Amino acid sequence: MAYAEQAERASVHVPGSFLTRYIWSQDHKVIAIQYGLTAIFVGLVGLVLSGLMRMQLGFPGSLEFMDPAAYYQAMTMHGMIMVIYLLTALFLGGFGNYLIPLMVGARDMVFPYLNMLSYWFFLLSVLVLLSSFFVPGGPTGAGWTLYPPQSITRGTPGTDWGIVLMLVSLAIFIVAATMGGLNYVTTVLQARTFGMTLFRMPLTVWGIFMATVLALLAFPALFVSAIMMLCDRLLGTSFFMPAMMSMGQPLDHEGGSPILFQHLFWFFGHPEVYIVALPAFGLVSDLISTHARKNIFGYRMMVWAIVAIGVLSFVVWAHHMYVSGMNPTFGFFFATTTLIIAVPTALKVYNWVLTLWRGDIHLRVPMLFALAFILTFLVGGLTGLFLGNVIVDIPLSDTYFVVAHFHMVMGVAPILVVFGAIYHWFPKVTGRMLNDTVGQLHFWITFLGTYAIYFPMHYLGFLGMPRRYYSFEGYDFIPQSAHDLNAFITVAALIVGVSQLLFLGNLLWSTFRGPPSGPNPWNATSLEWQTPETPPAHGNWGPHLPVVHRWAYDYSVPGLVQDFVPQTLSEQDQAALARRPGSGESGRESDS
Amino acid sequence: MALFPRGPAVVENRAPPAEPEAPGGLQGFYLDWSSDREAFKQVPWGKAMMWIFLLSDTFVFSCFLIGYMAVRMTTTEPWPNTSEVFALTLAGHSIPLILIAIMTFVLISSSGTMAMAVNFAYRRARIRTGLLMLATALLGATFVGMQAFEWSKLIGEGVRPWGNPEGAAQFGASFFMITGFHGLHVSIGVVYLSIVALKVLRGHYESSGNYQVVEIAGLYWHFVDLVWVFIFAFFYLW
Repeated sequence: MAYAEQAERASVHVPGSFLTRYIWSQDHKVIAIQYGLTAIFVGLVGLVLSGLMRMQLGFPGSLEFMDPAAYYQAMTMHGMIMVIYLLTALFLGGFGNYLIPLMVGARDMVFPYLNMLSYWFFLLSVLVLLSSFFVPGGPTGAGWTLYPPQSITRGTPGTDWGIVLMLVSLAIFIVAATMGGLNYVTTVLQARTFGMTLFRMPLTVWGIFMATVLALLAFPALFVSAIMMLCDRLLGTSFFMPAMMSMGQPLDHEGGSPILFQHLFWFFGHPEVYIVALPAFGLVSDLISTHARKNIFGYRMMVWAIVAIGVLSFVVWAHHMYVSGMNPTFGFFFATTTLIIAVPTALKVYNWVLTLWRGDIHLRVPMLFALAFILTFLVGGLTGLFLGNVIVDIPLSDTYFVVAHFHMVMGVAPILVVFGAIYHWFPKVTGRMLNDTVGQLHFWITFLGTYAIYFPMHYLGFLGMPRRYYSFEGYDFIPQSAHDLNAFITVAALIVGVSQLLFLGNLLWSTFRGPPSGPNPWNATSLEWQTPETPPAHGNWGPHLPVVHRWAYDYSVPGLVQDFVPQTLSEQDQAALARRPGSGESGRESDS
Repeated sequence: MALFPRGPAVVENRAPPAEPEAPGGLQGFYLDWSSDREAFKQVPWGKAMMWIFLLSDTFVFSCFLIGYMAVRMTTTEPWPNTSEVFALTLAGHSIPLILIAIMTFVLISSSGTMAMAVNFAYRRARIRTGLLMLATALLGATFVGMQAFEWSKLIGEGVRPWGNPEGAAQFGASFFMITGFHGLHVSIGVVYLSIVALKVLRGHYESSGNYQVVEIAGLYWHFVDLVWVFIFAFFYLW
């Protein structure tokens, strides 16, 4: 009964007017674009904030309004915006929404109305967040980790309004992420098309699926800590507040546990790293396989690695807290689990490289970004091994080495995938190609530029340069060369920041003026490239759902006239593609 | 020479719903998960989604309870004796936890009526289903009413989120936060059940004959009950 009801679901809600088609849309593709554009917009705010911070660090005092409070506010908002409102929203709400139904062969998400609500709650959370720029006292300057007691104690910028708006915004975001996440997980589990088994799904779907599971289980910890901190701030409770003196006066709080907040925050915060990383892993696997014209190496291993990373990510959180004063015995446990999680991660890197090995590599813009991701992720991952060990972490803690590490591994690396994936799927979304020359330019500036920014930071970290400092004047142990290096980093950061205009201009121009792409410009196999219309119409598949006959990685199958076999082709169809003996051109299979 | 494997073979498990002949046990589990279309056979989307939501919500309540336990350990003041704080004086005797016991009884009973409603829903006994759901909602509303009484009594005794005369300030903070959040869940459940009950009574599901929505509402309700059992054990009895 239920089965028959959801089997075909021919009667998807059909949009009528402009308003229901593009604004209050329940179509997963429109919602994905809404999510994407909102995330990119708020990400630009984060980018500008980072530029302002870099100006202060590279050329102290050059910006008049950049006092310590403004610096901390910029830092806090930059971190929170980039991690939550840009990357999480873009990967899950943007790519997840667009690609999951198309890749598993569904007509839409299982509950389109809930999906629509998810976006509007996300937009509300962004508006609440941005409104904190305009309230008395400005946004919170507590650092993106919002550690109490300082985040709600006088003296930190934005303790009046900023912190309240930040926590409320996070709570709303979590509601939005939950509504969307329930949809993604249920769609992957229960709404696949004929022949689409779990082990035939592209790795993109696996990555986003597992990341969504992490989001559903990790965001509750942030939600609870946000509510508890709101109680501390507004009701005067003492969940996180110990007895303390502030500005010479004893506070009314006593007996709370600041460490409790850190545990709750990082129980969310570490899976959050993988909420961002796993979709990136998945997307980049598909980019590499498609543009290297080769099946992904060790598909099943890649899937199990995603699952293993997801599970392990829940037992490593306190490696963010080695210096917090928690029981040192924990450090041993969490260092061990942290190093174990490097195993499946390294496995994935090897498999990407082995996919490239003897592949027919096309250095198109998406592929460039994918290759850059592997390098960047490798660098960030290796410094992660340094920081995962307690004894190495303690001297490096709170230095620029940490800044370099996490920007490489969960800032630059996922953002490179975001760019690569946008260059890759833009033709499906709009039916037009992005400009290749501008894309190449954008790639090289971004890739080399980010290395110019973050590579020197490792060195600054080894020098002992502390992070989160507004100004380094008067610290004798910091040599002049470090200040020069800071100026260099700032110049590089500004160039990279401004060069993103190339990307935005390319997006805007190509959406309307780009050359038509056709339905499958990359000759890819997965289901989203086989839609009857490009861009896909409402309901995605026309009258009949597609039938899947194979996995998503049949590239360069020996003996065929084309180097890809779409998932929708059956064995008989493939037989028709067989190259007749003696028909010229010795195939690549002869030498493999 | 399988240089280019085609991915795993399809597991042919497309039995039409009329004849559910899927093998049980580990083999059935394996076949379901390696099949196409659905990992949970015959499970409607709404039900799968409700289970996943409840899993997520479990983490919310777990974090609340773990947070409460943590501050109970860190606070420097003695923790109030819950048997005394939550005692009612009835007929001249102070009976510990009597109101909580009654509340628990009411809520557990509501799970019973809910289970009966689900049973009747699958027999398509429209009126009985609707009435039993309304009874469930009524018991839930009673629970919330008694909770409101308990809150006002404690507030009258000077218990506040930021402090209380009996001891640790975290007692009031945890109490209002956890029971408040649970009470919110119960209240939402009452509204949710009432809406579904009225739709059942109006015959909204008669045309399709599909009463799974009752079971889905029931899942939520049983979950809220189960959470209460943990709150009862960890907050009131401990």
